[in-house]
Amino acid sequence: MSRFLTPAMMRTLLPGLSLAALLAAIFYLQPRTMSYFGLNLLLNLAVPIALATIAQMFILCVNDLDLSLGAFISLTACITATWLNDAPLIGVLALAACVAAYAALGALIHLRNLPSIVVTLGMSFVWTGIAVLVLPTPGGSAPGWIRTLMTLKPALVPFPIIASVVLALTVHFGLMRSAAGVVLRGAGGNPKSVERAGWSMLRVKCTMFALAGFFGVLSGMALVGLTTSADANIALRYTLLSIAGGILGGGEFVGGRVSPIGAVIGAITLALAGSFLSFLRLNPDFQIGAQGVILILVLALRLLINSKGTRA
Amino acid sequence: MSALSQLTQKPWIWAWLGAVSMWLIITGISGIGAGGQVLSAAASFGTFFVIVATGQMFVITLGPGNVDLSIPACMTLSATLAMKFMNGDASLLVPGLLISLGVGLAIGTLNFLLILLLRIPPIIATLSASFVYQSTAIWSNRGLRVKPPEILGDFAVAKVLGLPVLTIVVLVLTLAMAFVLHRTPFGLSVSAIGQNLRAAKLAGIKVEKTRYLTYLMCSVLAALCGFVLAGFSGGAALNMGEQYLLMSIAVVVIGGTSVAGGYANLTGLWGASLFMFLLVSMLNTVGLSAGFRLIVTGAIIVGVVAISGRKTAY
Repeated sequence: MSRFLTPAMMRTLLPGLSLAALLAAIFYLQPRTMSYFGLNLLLNLAVPIALATIAQMFILCVNDLDLSLGAFISLTACITATWLNDAPLIGVLALAACVAAYAALGALIHLRNLPSIVVTLGMSFVWTGIAVLVLPTPGGSAPGWIRTLMTLKPALVPFPIIASVVLALTVHFGLMRSAAGVVLRGAGGNPKSVERAGWSMLRVKCTMFALAGFFGVLSGMALVGLTTSADANIALRYTLLSIAGGILGGGEFVGGRVSPIGAVIGAITLALAGSFLSFLRLNPDFQIGAQGVILILVLALRLLINSKGTRA
Repeated sequence: MSALSQLTQKPWIWAWLGAVSMWLIITGISGIGAGGQVLSAAASFGTFFVIVATGQMFVITLGPGNVDLSIPACMTLSATLAMKFMNGDASLLVPGLLISLGVGLAIGTLNFLLILLLRIPPIIATLSASFVYQSTAIWSNRGLRVKPPEILGDFAVAKVLGLPVLTIVVLVLTLAMAFVLHRTPFGLSVSAIGQNLRAAKLAGIKVEKTRYLTYLMCSVLAALCGFVLAGFSGGAALNMGEQYLLMSIAVVVIGGTSVAGGYANLTGLWGASLFMFLLVSMLNTVGLSAGFRLIVTGAIIVGVVAISGRKTAY
């Protein structure tokens, strides 16, 4: 095996290669997608999913799992489509409160040493409940500026691609290349040593959960920008999509091993998988199942690569 | 006094206290007649929570990271396939039940194979696999509601001396499970693995075999629950398992079973199941809107977990 194809390298390349393979298959099946307009349509809905996946990635990074993310994003979408549109100041305050609530959740989970899945599962009820109160029936409308932003048609490169690249690079440099990012990730790898080195684990957890909340808010806003209205259940499936996307993108479940670029690629892959299956004229009933199969396949592939690494 | 303080030390006591106080509030608001009715309803609905939560409890007791997220999909698939096969024909009840059992066995085996072969956390394995199960259920049924055979429906709502038959059956199941948990090598192995995996391995416990049996049992119970629930609610529906994901975990945790594993509590399961049902009924009685009901339910789950949480890692 050559120097460049080390298992670590292959693991890094795996998400990108899966996406490339999927894109190639889609272009082959439906050549008309290979255009500015086609790509725009294909990738539009990937933007909120990518934001949700980044949110989930922050939680995965500190060895937790957020099962309420979809409900939370639905709530932020409802707030965006109502308050943020009608009374921007109240809307901004409410969204800020959502982020603060996430930070508080991080503090609660850390201080009481609670299992995050149980806490977030309970919180998913709370988010949905608030969302139902904010927007009892589907409706609302997207604030004009979000709508404008999400339907931008820049020259040459479609907006979803630009947005994804900007998102991936921003988070990559913030989390993977900065001093603060190292501490945050180290908290997932070895909390004890981070604590002994003088950093507060409480602050780390709060920061990570707040970041997750922040990107959850962005995801809800982006979603409303595309759909122009919201309802209390609009993003429930994002919980699973975000976990799957994070894992597809090379995130591990423990040890603070995450990859923002991979997460964005994973999210796009999942979003495209749906289109791919419909181009195949596969029964839409199998769509969710196919996502499960893709997830299992990627995990199996990764295991294969890892076992090669240990043997070498 | 010492007896009282001993009682408050029991992990299951809070769930029961919660259930009793919810019932008192309901009775206080709408009178003793309504109180009796709601108790009978709680005994029926709570039973379904107990069935799935028993399986989930064994899984959670295996230790950190062990949770079965495929329970709703398993219930739906089992009920859908069995109801579709029987198509309302009472004479096919036994084969239908066998199909449901088979679905449980297959799902449990698949779940465990994924965990074992892919070496991924059970949460992710059962989650990914549940997509596939749910998809199969959707494909096989297209969301149509197939009526259960009448005899199954009758069984699910039958009563003896005011007590639902189902409740009695599940009580017997609980007693059997208590025996399994505390007196059989399997049950003791489950607790031992949850308390200290390394020590359990060194002690010669067959860890993988125990884990396999645990996941198998959880899926089989979920499948059977789906089967009976379909009879109870007049057919299999695609979203029938939805609320059981949260409920199975919430009931286990509120019932005093350690979330970190190693310590299971069956007595608490019943208390917590009744509590969860009575809580929702209470909120209905008080006349809260759907939104507030969800908020309070969620807040109470988080609150109970936060108060009873142990200093142990997930």
